[in-house]
Amino acid sequence: MVAVPDMDSLVNPQQRQFNPYTENGGTILAIAGADFTVIAGDTRQSEGYSIQTRYAPKVFRLTDKAVLAVNGFAADGNMFVKKVKQRLEWYRHAHAKDMPLRAIARLIQTMLYARRFFPFYVYNILGGIEDDGTGAVYSFDPVGSYERETCRAAGAAQSLVQPFLDNQIYFKNQLAAPGMSHPTHLPLPDVLSIVIDSFTSATERHIEVGDGLEMYVVLAKGRGLGGMEAIGGVQELSERTEGERLFVVRRELKKD
Amino acid sequence: MDHFPTNWGRPRNDAYDSYGTYPIPHRPYNGPKDAFGEGVQRTQQPIVTGTSVLAIKYKDGIMMAADNLASYGSLARFKDVQRLTAVGEFTVIGASGDMSDFQYIQSMLDDKMVEEFTSQDGHALGPAEIHEYLSFIMYGRRTKMDPLWNSFLVGGFKEGQRFLAYVDLLGTTYSASAMATGYGAHIALPLLRTAVEGKENLLTEEQAQKILEECMKVLFYRDARSLNKYQIATITAAGPSISESRELATSWSFAEGIRGYGAQTQ
Repeated sequence: MVAVPDMDSLVNPQQRQFNPYTENGGTILAIAGADFTVIAGDTRQSEGYSIQTRYAPKVFRLTDKAVLAVNGFAADGNMFVKKVKQRLEWYRHAHAKDMPLRAIARLIQTMLYARRFFPFYVYNILGGIEDDGTGAVYSFDPVGSYERETCRAAGAAQSLVQPFLDNQIYFKNQLAAPGMSHPTHLPLPDVLSIVIDSFTSATERHIEVGDGLEMYVVLAKGRGLGGMEAIGGVQELSERTEGERLFVVRRELKKD
Repeated sequence: MDHFPTNWGRPRNDAYDSYGTYPIPHRPYNGPKDAFGEGVQRTQQPIVTGTSVLAIKYKDGIMMAADNLASYGSLARFKDVQRLTAVGEFTVIGASGDMSDFQYIQSMLDDKMVEEFTSQDGHALGPAEIHEYLSFIMYGRRTKMDPLWNSFLVGGFKEGQRFLAYVDLLGTTYSASAMATGYGAHIALPLLRTAVEGKENLLTEEQAQKILEECMKVLFYRDARSLNKYQIATITAAGPSISESRELATSWSFAEGIRGYGAQTQ
């Protein structure tokens, strides 16, 4: 039987529309402690089955106490970070101080919702230290819905990492020992090893995750290094040691 | 009431609603009209296209290669097209995708370089600035849903620093030490990566040239939209230089023994 094209496709000319979006893979993750926050992302950038580069950062320093991770469409992500940084610079010139974390979070919501009908195809996770000295994580959807959380994973391997975090950070499906309760916050070394394990596992099981890992660590004012000394390959990014302190830790991930 | 005495006693201009009496969406528009506005088409697909561009970092700078073909669909339409172009004294751009969009960008970059030159401020645009400018144009056009249908590699050397980065019709950017656009990203890039990664500071000009020639050969054997005539650009401390067109030495004797390739005996 010869295949005859249906009349509909002959009568109505078909239109191919330009698609202004693509998906560039990768995963981001942030966990808040009592007086610190860890914000991490892998460094692979891909499109389809092709790895474009093994080093394209997805996590960015905004101020000494705020770090933004972006994931989704890389071109939108880079443009969005550029615009947020510009707004923070204007704020600094107007008020002679860095914008507080909760204000940055609301700013990001406004900037995302401003593009409600042609969204930045980007999932944002903002991490840092709140004015009261507590560690905080804010997570956003592409059009600006946001909430403050203790931990959040986003991106290609969100479905692999978030359940692991629910179990290890929120102690979901774990019973506390009789007469004991689960801690509300974990110490920094535990959090860092959970982050590293999350990414090595995601690298094993997801093809779009791998190559390199960048973990930003923000420490509250006067907290001391507690738990940072033991870790290798740490680079300090904050200029002053008396305020909040910001570090980046880099690790290799599998490249296959 | 018209409060301007000079207008009193004169005929009213009905074409101009100076008091905003109409609701905004219903205001009469009396400005100049674009007679062909209805007929304006945006690029929905590339027409005359160039295939892959390859580029690597090596000891002295950046080396880039692209063939001389501009295809019209599957027709090898123009066989003497230059797809590598120098911009200023530190940069070379390699273009794949729509060739008319590429020519438009070339003229736009020419204008920008003239503008920068005339300011005479002691600053010259380097590869990083040109790449940033190009990526803003590409991202801006995709945001207008009117893209320039290209993928570019921008290579350069300025103040002792090598620069190599990519930008495409979506505004996506990235950089690496071995890069390729289009079909080359599938066929040639694995070869380039094994040859270059970790050896960026050791490869000599001869070695780099040999790697690119080998990859262009593989592409000519496998990419149906390619040509055995190509050019190589080097960007070093001495500035950019783009070679004359050169021919690839290919051998097809293997085809004799394969059914479906050469003349069939039965």
